Amino acid sequence: MTPMQRKPPEKRQTCITYPAPGSMGHTGDWRIFRPVVDRTKCTGCQMCWMYCPDAAITIDDEGKPVINLEYCKGCMICAENCPAKAINQIRETEAAQPPQPKPAAKRRKE
Amino acid sequence: MPKTISVTGNLAAAYAAKTANPAVIAAYPITPQTEIVEKMADFVESGELKAEYVRVESEHSAMAACIGASALGLRTFTATSSHGLALMHEMLHWAGRARLPVVMPVVNRALGPPWNIWVDHTDSMATRDTGWIQFYAANNQEVYDTVLELFRLCEDPEVVLPGMVCLDAFILSHTSTAIVVYDHDEISGFLPAYQPGHWKLDPDDPMANGNIAGPEYYYELSYAIHEGFEAARKLIPIIEQDFYKRFGRRHGGFINAYRCNDAEVILLAMGTMGEEAQLAVEHLRDQGVAAGSARLRVFRPFPVKEVQALAAKAKAFVVVDRSLSYGHAGAAATEIRSALYRGTHHIPVLGFVAGLGGRDVRYTDMITMIQAGFKAADKGEAGADQFYGLKR
Amino acid sequence: MHLFEIRFHGRGGQGGVTGAKLLGNAAMLEKKHFQVFPHYGAERRGAPVVAFARIGDEPIRVHSYIYQPQAVVILDETLLEIPSITEGIDENTYVIVNTPKRPSELNLKGKAKVATVDATKIALDAGILVGGIAVVNTIMLGAVARATGIVSIESVKRAIQEGFADMPEKVVTTNIQAAQRAYDELIME
Repeated sequence: MTPMQRKPPEKRQTCITYPAPGSMGHTGDWRIFRPVVDRTKCTGCQMCWMYCPDAAITIDDEGKPVINLEYCKGCMICAENCPAKAINQIRETEAAQPPQPKPAAKRRKE
Repeated sequence: MPKTISVTGNLAAAYAAKTANPAVIAAYPITPQTEIVEKMADFVESGELKAEYVRVESEHSAMAACIGASALGLRTFTATSSHGLALMHEMLHWAGRARLPVVMPVVNRALGPPWNIWVDHTDSMATRDTGWIQFYAANNQEVYDTVLELFRLCEDPEVVLPGMVCLDAFILSHTSTAIVVYDHDEISGFLPAYQPGHWKLDPDDPMANGNIAGPEYYYELSYAIHEGFEAARKLIPIIEQDFYKRFGRRHGGFINAYRCNDAEVILLAMGTMGEEAQLAVEHLRDQGVAAGSARLRVFRPFPVKEVQALAAKAKAFVVVDRSLSYGHAGAAATEIRSALYRGTHHIPVLGFVAGLGGRDVRYTDMITMIQAGFKAADKGEAGADQFYGLKR
Repeated sequence: MHLFEIRFHGRGGQGGVTGAKLLGNAAMLEKKHFQVFPHYGAERRGAPVVAFARIGDEPIRVHSYIYQPQAVVILDETLLEIPSITEGIDENTYVIVNTPKRPSELNLKGKAKVATVDATKIALDAGILVGGIAVVNTIMLGAVARATGIVSIESVKRAIQEGFADMPEKVVTTNIQAAQRAYDELIME
């Protein structure tokens, strides 16, 4: 059961919210610029992961960032903060590759 | 075994809290409440009460800590007065809106400047809108009993609201009388453990309270708080009846009315003034004057129907307020007039402001006030509010 | 029984407030209703201190100040210089003073029912001294019991016993004996 399917309490007595990934919808659709990681320049410092305001970056087995294009809004904070200048931006409209598959996320106990 | 002990009103509150067995106390001292929080610390230190005592640096933090504790589903207790209550004002709103059943004695003390530590009801009256249930006590036993009843009322799943019991500075807080107290086991049938059903902070079941809620949501959530007060309104007499059945004591429900059934003029007051008023009534009755007195015990939820019923056979009300909302009138007079106006039986309500900043108000003063009430009844109108005892 | 109202005057450190509380406890032992409260003011050693007690057979519903006490207890003779000390008294009020003087030697003839006892001497003889101040509260309670009869000396002694339960046995017995001595030596003219 996803959090969106969870039944709220019988009585709505106060404002309760449950955690859900991307509860605002696919904010990746808002992108004008897409960040692209140059893995040859990336040092695996994970600064981009730390700074991403939307938690749209995960780290793969090689220690390099994977950007979740379903939710990345293209703010470029990752690129701003990359000490190796390993993240570039391209116009979303010019992007050739399809969105990458969703990284495995830790599921909440149902 | 119930014990009879000699205690101040402050200690009565502390003993009641111990009896209720809270899990967390977060509090900050302020005259004339200090003895309450010191005694709670003693209980925890000695092991008589197994609770977490959180030392904070201000009343704002005290209430914030209570909110956190209550959000974990723990029975929570604190106490304050006057400027302390004012300092935690923002957090009072939070506790009410988050539906957290914190119980808090408030020792009614004047606000400054000028600096004044004596009795005045303006501090708690200024928190009428925060979503807290409000009771006013007139003697130490009532302080003790009301703390226990409040835990039961506030923690009820239909209510889940914070609640305060107000007691007059020095007149109750520092005055010793005999009261009956119980161990937790003796009252656990009346007050079972707190079971939060509405929401709870739990890492295994993550949820958040207090997220943004736009115009499409806020109004209904606000109304839900109002519904909680209506649930409290229904429960108050039920809980009092249960307490009476088990322990043989009750304090009068919403309004403790004295000789009002055939009274022409009824004096209404709150706190200890409301109890001393009975002596004024007796004095006048001895002279054949049909006076009565009524002590408002519950201010939130406000007992509209009870006030209307009280007025049904009377010719005038005299309301004595130990508070003043500058630019209008005393709080009780204002709300009583509002309650009457919503009904069909409109009688003159003569308003007196008295006793601000701890100035003494005696039953002899109240005799004078009731006599003025009879004049108002004869004229059919109350005239302007009066400021009793003002030195001008 | 009419409500019996008492005003205690002392100096901080003489135990005036505790004395009033113990009197309340004595009343409680006799299943009487009581109310005891201090006047919150200068909380330091040596400053004048006032405490009040009410005792009655019915639950006490009066909460305002005491204006016309039935008894005034003065734990320190030097306080007699303060005019307000005898406020509200009349010829029926018991005025019980800690002093070596006899009642007729005080300036209260005809104005009250005066009783005196040298409580300071009793305290010094018994060694009831704290920080250089003779603590005369329990002693004066013996005087109150004798002069007014509002509580019995036995209740006073039991109240001391229970009130001082956390203190060494010797302190308890010393205070009880001192209260009894005041009861015995009180001069009423």
